[in-house]
Amino acid sequence: MEKVIMGNHAVSYGAKLARAQVIAAYPITPQTQIVEMLSEFWAEGLLDAKFIKVESEHSAMAACIGASSAGARAFTATSGHGLALMHEMLHWAAGARLPIVMANVNRAMGPGWSIWTEQTDSLAQRDTGWLQFYCESNQEVLDSVIQAFKIAEQVLLPTMLVLDAFVLSHTQEPVDIPDQELVDRYLPPYDARYKLDPGDPHAFGAMVAPPHYMELRYKIQKAMEEAVEVARQADGEFREIFGRSYGLVEKYRLEDAEVVLVASATITSTARVVVDELREEGYKVGLLKVRMFRPFPTKDVREALAGARKVAVIDRNISFGHGGIFAEEIKSALYNGSHRPPIFGFIIGLGGRDVTPASIRGIAEYTFEHDTPEMEIIWREVKNS
Amino acid sequence: MRLALKALGEKTILVIPACCWSIIAGAFPYSSVKVPLMHTAFETGGSAAAGIKAALEVQGDTETTVLTWAGDGGTFDIGLQALSGAVERNEDFIYACYDNEAYMNTGIQRSSATPWGAWTTTTPVQHPKETPKKDIVAIMAAHRIPYTATATVAYPEDLVRKFQKAKGIRGAKFIHILSPCPPGWKMEPAYSIRISRLAVESKVFPLYEVENGEKWTITVWPKREVPVREYVKLQGRFSHLTEEDIEFIQENVDREWERLVARAVQ
Repeated sequence: MEKVIMGNHAVSYGAKLARAQVIAAYPITPQTQIVEMLSEFWAEGLLDAKFIKVESEHSAMAACIGASSAGARAFTATSGHGLALMHEMLHWAAGARLPIVMANVNRAMGPGWSIWTEQTDSLAQRDTGWLQFYCESNQEVLDSVIQAFKIAEQVLLPTMLVLDAFVLSHTQEPVDIPDQELVDRYLPPYDARYKLDPGDPHAFGAMVAPPHYMELRYKIQKAMEEAVEVARQADGEFREIFGRSYGLVEKYRLEDAEVVLVASATITSTARVVVDELREEGYKVGLLKVRMFRPFPTKDVREALAGARKVAVIDRNISFGHGGIFAEEIKSALYNGSHRPPIFGFIIGLGGRDVTPASIRGIAEYTFEHDTPEMEIIWREVKNS
Repeated sequence: MRLALKALGEKTILVIPACCWSIIAGAFPYSSVKVPLMHTAFETGGSAAAGIKAALEVQGDTETTVLTWAGDGGTFDIGLQALSGAVERNEDFIYACYDNEAYMNTGIQRSSATPWGAWTTTTPVQHPKETPKKDIVAIMAAHRIPYTATATVAYPEDLVRKFQKAKGIRGAKFIHILSPCPPGWKMEPAYSIRISRLAVESKVFPLYEVENGEKWTITVWPKREVPVREYVKLQGRFSHLTEEDIEFIQENVDREWERLVARAVQ
């Protein structure tokens, strides 16, 4: 069934179709409508779940951790400051190996207060042990919620799917809402391998001394590595049933491309248009969309950039004191590979400033015009630079 | 813990936020309790338990009791928000706070459960705690939850009865247990029961329960009444107090007791 819905509601439909059993959430702009619609589904009896209306995001994640530990499929959604407040429990969820799924609406951090999009909130959580997927469209958002449970429950790691504030969260797009039967075929009920069970009592999360702690961390990394192929397979199975898939990365017009733009989330859509225009004008330019950020798809990125003479990474985020986070990750992925083209790190659109086709054309032109980047961070459209 | 679990039985899931029991329950891969146990972060005693209960119910288990077992730091201070949220939603669980009146696990730092005048490593004798202990029971009762009670190991029948009663009530239950800490209170370990009993006899820690935030009942009327001096003199954490200080504590204890008796069902 096709409906015209906003990104937030695409998340709600995804959680409903995935048959989330416990939802614990707290309202925060611009994520609020996810929770509102789930509340409506629940109130109308369309959602066979327990809905815990917690008093903070920290409690939202703690409640999801409790629920998942007791064997239920748990879901939450948040944004910006809410995600930051959860930080401690994000580590806990991953360390406890719980397949919780969360939607995060990218929102710039205060001060000054901002409700607009920027990726720094979710990228700042990259070391917590969560898988991360950056979505480009409302369809991808809905589908990624369902895929996220499929992947998380196989590797026993929590998974976050990320969408841009307003550009997706509040923008209406036509979305195919899959049949429940098909989703049930794709995503069987969650059967927890380990859970809190009075019939088989165990202690979870006890003090771990140096002789064991490191092995537990090693296993998380191994699960992350395994997640790359699990995610690829989950995406492939999704295509078989629903006729759509997204890849871990998406290669767009990379054949013979001298300059490759690298983008994530909604900037990708704009970049795709610009690549088409530039191609018509004779520029050898292509686009690499990075959808999966954790685990980082190093092999896919290396393959995709194998023919690139120059790479232009567009970051709507910043690690202060270093640079754009996707740019740093791309550099890191290529360094030990056989092909190391110059990597241009562009920062643009912080705090939700529009990134237009002209903005991206400017980035592409700059990259064509320079053999190497003149500086580590190339700021775009900053008024006093 | 032994008495509480005896009262609640095997169909219990235990939640332990950071506290002394994070250690007492045993390090990985051991457990000293025979029920499933989830260790969790300091401030999540209320929220994690709510998630577990929801998961049990959605899977059709309405029998298992969820018991959070938390210290005073995790209850009075850092976990108060999540606890208030959980009881305001009237989550169906028991929250037991064993209160040793300071952050004992980290080396005896004051908490908002530390009583007036007490020494801790962050309230040295030159500047002991100058504010009263937070009245957590009144705070819980103000949420109008079905059941709130105080207990101590010196009155085990009373403690067990309260856990049994809590088990039979749907909704949020809060049990506040005074729990002497020999190193933190600078007292002889052999005096744990004696000091707990003196806390009740001196009315420093009366034993009572509150139903629906309205019906206050004193469950143990001390057979013998003693002055506060008898309670504090066995504890090194109060050894710096002057006669006037002890008199001040006595006045406060008397006033609080009168207030409790006035609102209790006779």
